[in-house]
Amino acid sequence: MKLTGAQILWECLVREGVTDVFGYPGGAILPAYDALLEYPIRHVLVRHEQGATHMADGYARASGRVGVAIATSGPGATNMVTGIATAMMDSSPIVCVTGQVGSRLIGSDAFQEADITGITLPITKHNYLVTSAEDVAPAVREAFAVAAGGRPGPVLIDITKDAQQGSCAFDWNAAEPRLTEAYDDALPGDGASSDAVALINAAERPLILAGHGVMLSGAEREILALAERAQIPIAVTLLGIGGVPASHPLNLGMMGMHGEAWVNVAIQQADLLIALGMRFDDRVTGNLKTYAPTARKIHVDVDRAELNKNVRVDVAIASDLRAAIVDWLPDVAPGDRAAWFAEIDALKGDSAVRDIQNLPDDGHLYAAHVINDLWRLTDGRALVVSDVGQHQMWEAQYYKHDAPRSLITSGGLGTMGFALPAAIGAKIARPDAEVWVVVGDGGFQMTMCELATIAQEKLDINVAIINNGYLGMVRQWQEFFYQRRYAATPITGPDFVKLADAFGLWGAAVHRRGDVEATVMAARACPGAAIIDFRVEQEDTVYPMVPAGADLHRMIRRPSPIVETAAD
Amino acid sequence: MQPGNMLHTFAIYVDNKPGVLTRVASLFRRRAFNIESLTVGHTERPGVSRMTVVVDTDDYGARRLEANLYKLVPVQRVDDITQTPSIARDLALIKVAATGEARTHVMQLVDVYRARIVDVGPESLVIEATGPEAKIDSLLEVLRPFGVIEMARTGRVSMARGTTSARRFDPPRAPVEAAAIDLSDCSV
Repeated sequence: MKLTGAQILWECLVREGVTDVFGYPGGAILPAYDALLEYPIRHVLVRHEQGATHMADGYARASGRVGVAIATSGPGATNMVTGIATAMMDSSPIVCVTGQVGSRLIGSDAFQEADITGITLPITKHNYLVTSAEDVAPAVREAFAVAAGGRPGPVLIDITKDAQQGSCAFDWNAAEPRLTEAYDDALPGDGASSDAVALINAAERPLILAGHGVMLSGAEREILALAERAQIPIAVTLLGIGGVPASHPLNLGMMGMHGEAWVNVAIQQADLLIALGMRFDDRVTGNLKTYAPTARKIHVDVDRAELNKNVRVDVAIASDLRAAIVDWLPDVAPGDRAAWFAEIDALKGDSAVRDIQNLPDDGHLYAAHVINDLWRLTDGRALVVSDVGQHQMWEAQYYKHDAPRSLITSGGLGTMGFALPAAIGAKIARPDAEVWVVVGDGGFQMTMCELATIAQEKLDINVAIINNGYLGMVRQWQEFFYQRRYAATPITGPDFVKLADAFGLWGAAVHRRGDVEATVMAARACPGAAIIDFRVEQEDTVYPMVPAGADLHRMIRRPSPIVETAAD
Repeated sequence: MQPGNMLHTFAIYVDNKPGVLTRVASLFRRRAFNIESLTVGHTERPGVSRMTVVVDTDDYGARRLEANLYKLVPVQRVDDITQTPSIARDLALIKVAATGEARTHVMQLVDVYRARIVDVGPESLVIEATGPEAKIDSLLEVLRPFGVIEMARTGRVSMARGTTSARRFDPPRAPVEAAAIDLSDCSV
């Protein structure tokens, strides 16, 4: 039977298990949209194509399935660039389908023509320019295999209008991807499992650094088995949050620029770092010259190109993380590292455990309070999607995530405006999850047009705007490093309650700590989307902080007695 | 050249499809590696092209580059043949101003370098020279005083000697054996 290229596109998506797509129609993708009506796929109409890519990304991160975004040629395609780069940096599997002008017009600067395969070349795992109906099925099948395989990431398929309109026989089986054999030869310098295990068994002060790869590889149980058996404490990266339960006694918390001070000092004092599915980003290492100077290092990553990139390691293993840990486990000796745990406990004592719940109410509303209350009031079970900036760090510090894939945030690229659309994707992937967006007033205003998508799709998403009237993280840098010269960081915004109302959504503003609980509970009870405008302290600061490029153990600590007491 | 750096030569086998050269070149740019020379051409196998790329980097950089190249879907195989016994050749066409007595001198030099004169003009000669880059550099040096009008060079093409190049064409090994293989003949 002959099908058009447009029909073949949807046939393939259905067979790949796609049930939801996020997109925006336009001239060059019209044939595909016309065919969509015949297929059992939910199409979410976005308000901006950047939103479509973040939604596909949020969908992928919430579910582990490949997210799909669709746009037309030219501006539709170029609007996707930020979302594609975001997915690339955070290893999120998405497939973006764009329309392209007719193949005879390519290169002629035709209306709405943009070289999107050229533009996205460095920010996709791979991309395809499809110019005939025959090539649609092989491209789509290979795109899904590439997006989800190895280290996941974005793939773009650019399909010319004539390829969508032309027709040919559709043969799903013949379109099976034939990717080059996995690159599995051991290379010189590749570490052996036995070397890793020997280092682990011999270590006195080992530390596991757990990243996003724990969840991408599905190694949540294995990493705990390793840590518990050998009695090794775990530090997590921002994207590693949730891979190890926050409440697990071996989980020390987040490392890096705004990580816990005791975690960073423990890294600097460790004699062995076991880096699992993390990539030694500059935000977690600080100054590389002084990073973990006394530690031997083991690094496992499915992406060989990450090994020995930023930090030179003693044993580098290019492998699926789960497989690597399973390989080690039989030989890992049960550990007793009481002295090392005592050292870390002493470090914690130094850093003053925060117990912000029991602080007297001084009349101010602090973002940390709001987020900690949100954690308490949602029983720690919400799927939180945070944006980028101060609130993101407070969320990471004060919302204790016990479940994998319960925090979605833009880590590598740091994309403001990510949270609201990503939450839409997450909610559609997991309709039963209680989804909360935690977002600053700056980032919210970047993509708040997607409120209309929430309204149109009748999604129950709660939005907590941490509104301090500043681009807070930039203001904080100006405060610390630019003599408080607040260039372009004060920001105004609309009345967010009225804005919610304009979209037909529920909205409320909170000025005092005493009102947080009632408002959060009202938002949870409200059947549709709810927007809460938390008017927090304007010049609040995220502590502790390792200034960019500074030694990891030289943190700017909390000035006492702001929001900490020695408890526990 | 940075300390620890040296010229690394990669033989890269790629699908012969539109845009593949851009993908490979873009990778070098994106990862901030400077290409000293790059050549592309067909291979003995239809549909497969071979690139020879020379890059100034250290051993870690070379490993990372190799790993990154493998992440490109159209890349089939990468060999770092820097340390592998191999033959490297460069071809140059050099147009030299040569009249009167100079012409004889130039022709003698061409003989010494076992190059060839492929075009004779009233006031110039075009010389074709093949060989390792150093030989061509040297020839160029001695011709310069006569006046080099124009030059075109192909850049380096390389091939491992003997059967070494079959290294990664072996059928995939079982993981256990892969970990145990003798790595002493590997090139990095």
